Amino acid sequence: MSLHIENVTKRYGKFTAVDQLSLDIPEGQIFGFLGSNGAGKTTTFRMILGLIDATEGKITWEGEPINYQRTDQIGYLPEERGLYPKLKVKDQIIYLGRLRGMDKKEVLTELNKWLERFNITDYLEKKVEELSKGNQQKIQFISAVIHKPKLLILDEPFTGLDPVNVELLKNAVVELKEQGTTIVFSSHQMGTVEELCEYLCIMQYGKPIVYGGLKEIKRSFGKKNLFIHADFDLSFLKTIDGVDNQKLTPEGCILQIKNEDVSQAILEQLHQKGFVRKFALEEPSLNDIFIEKVGESYA
Amino acid sequence: MRKFGVVLLHSYLSRLKSKSFMITTALFLLFIIAVGNLDFIMNLFDGDGSADQVAVIDETEDIYPWLSEQIEQGEHTFELVDFEGTVEQAEADILSGEYVGVLSLQADDQDYFIANYHTDQLINQSVQNQLDNYLQQYKIALATNEAGIDQEVIESIYQPIVFETVAIETADGRTARSEEEIGVARGLVYVMLFVLYFAVLTYGNMIAMDIANEKSSRVMEILISSSPPISQMFAKIAGIALLGLTQIGLFFVVGYYMIERVQDELVGGFFEVFGFSEIAVSTYVYAVVFFLLGYLLYATLSAMLGSLVSRMEDVNQLMMPVILLIVVAFMLSMFGINMPEASVVTVTSYIPFFTPLVMFLRVGLLEVPAWEVALSIGILIFTILLLAYIGAKVYRGGVLMYGKGSSLKDFKRALQLAKKDK
Repeated sequence: MSLHIENVTKRYGKFTAVDQLSLDIPEGQIFGFLGSNGAGKTTTFRMILGLIDATEGKITWEGEPINYQRTDQIGYLPEERGLYPKLKVKDQIIYLGRLRGMDKKEVLTELNKWLERFNITDYLEKKVEELSKGNQQKIQFISAVIHKPKLLILDEPFTGLDPVNVELLKNAVVELKEQGTTIVFSSHQMGTVEELCEYLCIMQYGKPIVYGGLKEIKRSFGKKNLFIHADFDLSFLKTIDGVDNQKLTPEGCILQIKNEDVSQAILEQLHQKGFVRKFALEEPSLNDIFIEKVGESYA
Repeated sequence: MRKFGVVLLHSYLSRLKSKSFMITTALFLLFIIAVGNLDFIMNLFDGDGSADQVAVIDETEDIYPWLSEQIEQGEHTFELVDFEGTVEQAEADILSGEYVGVLSLQADDQDYFIANYHTDQLINQSVQNQLDNYLQQYKIALATNEAGIDQEVIESIYQPIVFETVAIETADGRTARSEEEIGVARGLVYVMLFVLYFAVLTYGNMIAMDIANEKSSRVMEILISSSPPISQMFAKIAGIALLGLTQIGLFFVVGYYMIERVQDELVGGFFEVFGFSEIAVSTYVYAVVFFLLGYLLYATLSAMLGSLVSRMEDVNQLMMPVILLIVVAFMLSMFGINMPEASVVTVTSYIPFFTPLVMFLRVGLLEVPAWEVALSIGILIFTILLLAYIGAKVYRGGVLMYGKGSSLKDFKRALQLAKKDK
């Protein structure tokens, strides 16, 4: 069974934060939540967790709404750091772990495993406020997964981390997924989402504007990117039918084209002009889709 | 229930182990021990051996022997020295620090004698007051002697009269409280007033601080995603209550030990005013009941307010109304302790925020019908439940609310956030 969001709406007074959202998040998968700031991602997460109630609609997990009987199976990493600054890492995780139904010994064994994995074993006895922001984020992550949750909700887990640590955390997320954890996460880093998620949803003004499997989304987007490197001036390509956008680069240009067929017309034109060193047709990146879709609704 | 225990233990232990708590407790204990050993400490400062000396130039020749005998017999911080010389010489010695003052006595036809006291210390009046007293006595003795009145007659004149208050028994065999009983009850009321006042201020503030701290560090979001906010709120209240009991218990144990140790000296002093031996058991029971209910009321209020702020700095501002309430209750009971039958005391004893102090005072000092006590406790419990209900709702919404405000508008917003509008 999966996490099921059905026609969920959340209003704060006159303001609608989430509007008629329906999503199915399959079990054992990583589901990506994208959206500009204030699109309703955090509100949705809070509703999934039962921290706030939906104005309309319902959210069920394995067929039942999430309540405090089942919180031990859920892990949550909030968007902002949420740790006691004056408490030692050890005491902190023990407290949070016990609140998720573990006992002290279990917490310590798990904690040591994680600290070793993140190369921060000597932080065990340190206060959280003494750690750097990135290391605090690792502790925050540990606190979310220490009890081996079946459902893990990560609200922007990779912000504030250097590339090495992003990699470290990414691997941990993938490993958890392989162990059967259902993971929902939000991010602004398109690359990370593209790499991790099979399914995703882009939100705008509380509504999902793109939703589905990554491959289908890219395919149905239709547009492709065409990379061309050539020795001659390429600006004339903009006028060709089916070219939406042209971005000149030092070695050539990147074209956004309406569909695959357009590329062949361009190829013919280039053929007569001169030497072409690179001609590559690629799927659009998530970044392109995001900018196109979100930018569209801004206009 | 297990998680309730985890939160309770956490809020208890993390406070107990904190440096600020240990330091405050240690300071308080030091203070108690210091008060218990006050005599010893005072002696330490005064006990440099040589007492102050007062020079006496006695021209009558009669007064000095009598006066110095009186001074020696009583316990005084100064002694008298017969000074051979003029007042001017003595004054020079005073300025050089040898004497604190000079008393010159001259015979006088009308007033038997005239006394002059010269000193450079006008702030400290105690020496001249005591000398004045003795000389007055001497003059009375002289005058009555001259008039031929016997010394014994004088003594019987100055004997205090016998004035006893007798409580009249009512038809059902009860008497009004005897003076001793009221004195004793008054002592207990004083203790209760201070303890409850201290507890509400200290521990109420602690609860609000703890909650605001969890909010400002945003750990709250994780906490409430793992256990229900309501159970957390009460676990916190109970945890801090446990902490309070530990602290107050420690004070009492040390205080009791100190009293025990110096008990002999205190008989007739402390125990006459605060004699705890004669209090009815019911008064003790009421003390415990009102203390617990009072704590619960103010703790719930503090928890609710604490959940409304998102920064530690705002806590004090929001705690103001709570502090004002307890201060008013304190002043009412200070007034009521001398006039327990005043109608303002009777009326306010039913207002839940004042009940723990004011009703307890009435119960301790007066014969209050059982139904009145029951009614006030009923109102109190009802208010606590009501506050807990509203508090739990505000808490649930308030903990997700971040902003700088701390106003009634926030209160409404918090309630709105918590509303289950399905």
